[in-house]
Amino acid sequence: MSDTTATLPEARVEIPTTTRADWQTDQEVRWCPGCGDYSILAAVQLAMPDMGVRREDTVVVSGIGCAARFPYYMDTYGVHSIHGRAPALATGLALARPDLSVWVVGGDGDLLSIGGNHLLHALRRNVNLTILLFNNRIYGLTKGQYSPTSEVGKSTKSTPFGSEDAPLHPLAVALGAGATFVARTHDMDRTGMQDIFKRAHAHQGAAFVEVLQNCNVFNDGAFADITARSEREEMIIPLTHGQPVRFGADGHAGVQVDLDGARVVEVADAGEEALYVHDERRESPTAALALALMAPEPHEPTPMGVFRDVSRPVHHGTSVDGPGTRDDLAAMLGSGATWTVE
Amino acid sequence: MSGAPATPQVVHDVTIRLAGDSGDGMQLTGDRFTALAALAGNDLATLPDFPAEIRAPAGTLPGVSAFQVRIADREVTTPGDDATVMVAMNPAALRSELSRVAKGGTIILNSDGFDERSQAKAGYETDPRTSGELDAYEVVEVPMTRLTKEAVAGTGVSGRHAGRSKNFFALGILSWMYSRDPESVGGWIDGKFSKDDAVRQANRKALAAGHAFGETAELGANQVVVPAATRAPGTYRSVDGNTALAWGLIAAGVCAELPLFLGSYPITPASAILHELARHPDAGVRTFQAEDEIAAITAAIGASFGGHLAITTTSGPGLSLKAEALGLAISLELPLVVVNIQRGGPATGLPTKTEASDLLQAMYGRHGESPVPVIAASRPGECFDAAIEAARVALKYRTPVILLSDGYLANSAEPWRIPDAADLPDISVAKTTEPNHVRPDGTADFWPYERDPETLARPWAVPGTPGLEHRIGGIEKADGTGNISYDADNHQRMTDLRAAKVAGIAKDIPPVEIGGDVDADTLIVGWGSTWGAIEHSMARLTNAGHQVAHVHLRHLNPFPPNLGEVLARYDHVVVPELNSGQLCRLLRAEFLVDAHSISKVAGQPFSAAELTARISEVLR
Repeated sequence: MSDTTATLPEARVEIPTTTRADWQTDQEVRWCPGCGDYSILAAVQLAMPDMGVRREDTVVVSGIGCAARFPYYMDTYGVHSIHGRAPALATGLALARPDLSVWVVGGDGDLLSIGGNHLLHALRRNVNLTILLFNNRIYGLTKGQYSPTSEVGKSTKSTPFGSEDAPLHPLAVALGAGATFVARTHDMDRTGMQDIFKRAHAHQGAAFVEVLQNCNVFNDGAFADITARSEREEMIIPLTHGQPVRFGADGHAGVQVDLDGARVVEVADAGEEALYVHDERRESPTAALALALMAPEPHEPTPMGVFRDVSRPVHHGTSVDGPGTRDDLAAMLGSGATWTVE
Repeated sequence: MSGAPATPQVVHDVTIRLAGDSGDGMQLTGDRFTALAALAGNDLATLPDFPAEIRAPAGTLPGVSAFQVRIADREVTTPGDDATVMVAMNPAALRSELSRVAKGGTIILNSDGFDERSQAKAGYETDPRTSGELDAYEVVEVPMTRLTKEAVAGTGVSGRHAGRSKNFFALGILSWMYSRDPESVGGWIDGKFSKDDAVRQANRKALAAGHAFGETAELGANQVVVPAATRAPGTYRSVDGNTALAWGLIAAGVCAELPLFLGSYPITPASAILHELARHPDAGVRTFQAEDEIAAITAAIGASFGGHLAITTTSGPGLSLKAEALGLAISLELPLVVVNIQRGGPATGLPTKTEASDLLQAMYGRHGESPVPVIAASRPGECFDAAIEAARVALKYRTPVILLSDGYLANSAEPWRIPDAADLPDISVAKTTEPNHVRPDGTADFWPYERDPETLARPWAVPGTPGLEHRIGGIEKADGTGNISYDADNHQRMTDLRAAKVAGIAKDIPPVEIGGDVDADTLIVGWGSTWGAIEHSMARLTNAGHQVAHVHLRHLNPFPPNLGEVLARYDHVVVPELNSGQLCRLLRAEFLVDAHSISKVAGQPFSAAELTARISEVLR
């Protein structure tokens, strides 16, 4: 592993000023009216001008699913590939072109079911990618089957008597794979999303962001118990680096972390000194994992923010200066045992 | 008996088979003997034949690993049929390989390996050395294990390790028998075992002891010399198909002035290409060992989108896994070379054995109408040229290309004249850097599917190019703009365009050349690694008074432009293949010709004798 971050030519160091409109394409956005994807797209496009990157150096890669239509709406380079494979395609691109900003966008079925393997490996290698997983806990494009993040007992078209499968927790999967940046945000928080996306993009290595997203057609209200404006104060646990984890009206509730995991406590009962002080940069992922495993059902207080942000060498692959020359080739072909016929 | 003849007898063409347990180092011994013969100027061809298990139980039939090499003072195209000399390290090797030795041939046995238990493991109820079953052969018994142990005493290698160098003892015997100075092997040992001086010394001593044994023991009458073959002037080396293919890919990157990106997942018998390419970052090669076959090809597609010459290498099961992504590459119209080193199938099949049964998979093994150019290599050294040609077509036409080789070509070695790097073709293509359209409001636009009228290739505009930002994907695209289109007429048009682009490559490839007797009534049409066996059979058929012509196809899709006309000239068309008649089927379908299939699916190449007999049957 070696650092081959390309140095940009002099003329291109200065990034031109852009606005949200510069990042929008002329393609009609074709998600269902009311879909949470609209607000995520808007947040990305609003945040891009602040990211210090050029449109032509940005590539959005996706697989298949509703979320995977994302590249068509970003006026950057983009590839809408095949189901599940976006992290692998993006890995090849990022290794070949370390000068680019490469984004992966996908849903819970795309990135955790058919593409689960590629997600694990992109994260454990720490390829320089910004990965956004839109989690709506349902298959939308195929019209309403249960997904790898659907709750036990969920009744869908393919599980008319309720699903038996235990769901995956996307952040726990990412932490288990050794991800160096792990965060969660939600589609009702346009400002929060922008902050998280900017931090994810600035991270060196693989950044993983779960965006809780509503599918108003096949899983309406998926996270309403948490993200509805009226619920947020008591249901969202904001994570702030260096601060005790507290939430609720006047910070009456907090989170305690020990060997049994993370749990919500009343500050008045437990005492402020018993609360977990959030540390994004902790080498051990144990506390982050405990926080990630909170709220297995989307009706419980849910941590939101950056769970982990640590530094590990970025996987750039083989260091290559450029194409080989005919002299290199001649030397290689002539190496070892040869003989000459006059 | 003692005393070697003053001058060894001259022979022109010999086939030697080495057989032992998979832990005995027979492949390495064969490789080194091959190097000795190559340095002496012989023409040669090799056939490694080893089991899939790294170490099957020692001394058993499934654990036998064999290596065959044919050396001659004239051009050879096959590794020979029956061996004139075989070295057998144990009873299992003898039993498994005896049918490959010509009657009257010499069998050199490691007599130390023939204890009762080893004989029983190999299924011998009586000692084959005394039962009479070897009466048709000249048997030379050499206590190789004991002599090796004696030779290595004092090197620091002791106990059961002391006998391990016996393969070098056997190589020493062979080097004496074929009048080769083993010193170049000694030099190779010094390099290979430089980290373990005791083992280095032991191997060198065993080699020297084997050579001395040949000289002083009763092998005198067996010493021969195979003179150098006459060759075109040039610098030569010995090369196997996988190495030549890897170098061809590197050469393609150099000739295209592009960095090379390989996405690959380990699979027999293709992994050696990954290993070789991984050694050459200085030649512009970046390798990525992916998490699976699908990731390997999709990573390569990503690198191709990024402007690299992208490659993925695999064998049959991997090609099956890559099928969907290959369809994506066809739809994205990005350059990509997919190398398939075919092996016995279906499923896991015979991983270490050869077969050419993926032709129809290469042609049609995808959903939808998804044409892809298919190119096949026919001999080890030619894998180099086939790789450059595959890359040329991929780059020029912005298409994935399937390059077929097989397990036999992969592992088989031959002398190869090293090409002059300066003479290799320029296969570079221009990337698009300027917009190619104007919007109604007068601003510049870029259409990613605006085609070159000549080649029908679309522009290759890579990220980092300002003003050409565009999105492409696997959903059908509108002709020209590349935007998503579900329009019925557009899908028909795009389907036709993709087909026409691939079909049009026929204008850009050489017509087939007819070998043998052009005016014969019978034409043999081959592809892939059967080239050597067909050429060898042609010589035998001609000697027997038959007239036959031979066409060998490198381009299988599209076919060369004159193929239909050539086929129509012959009364009989015969198609030998290591499958159940896949090319034969394509020729019949494409050209309405009554082609006759000669098929073999046994994990082994055709032998010349076998193929000659089967062609003769057809001629009758």
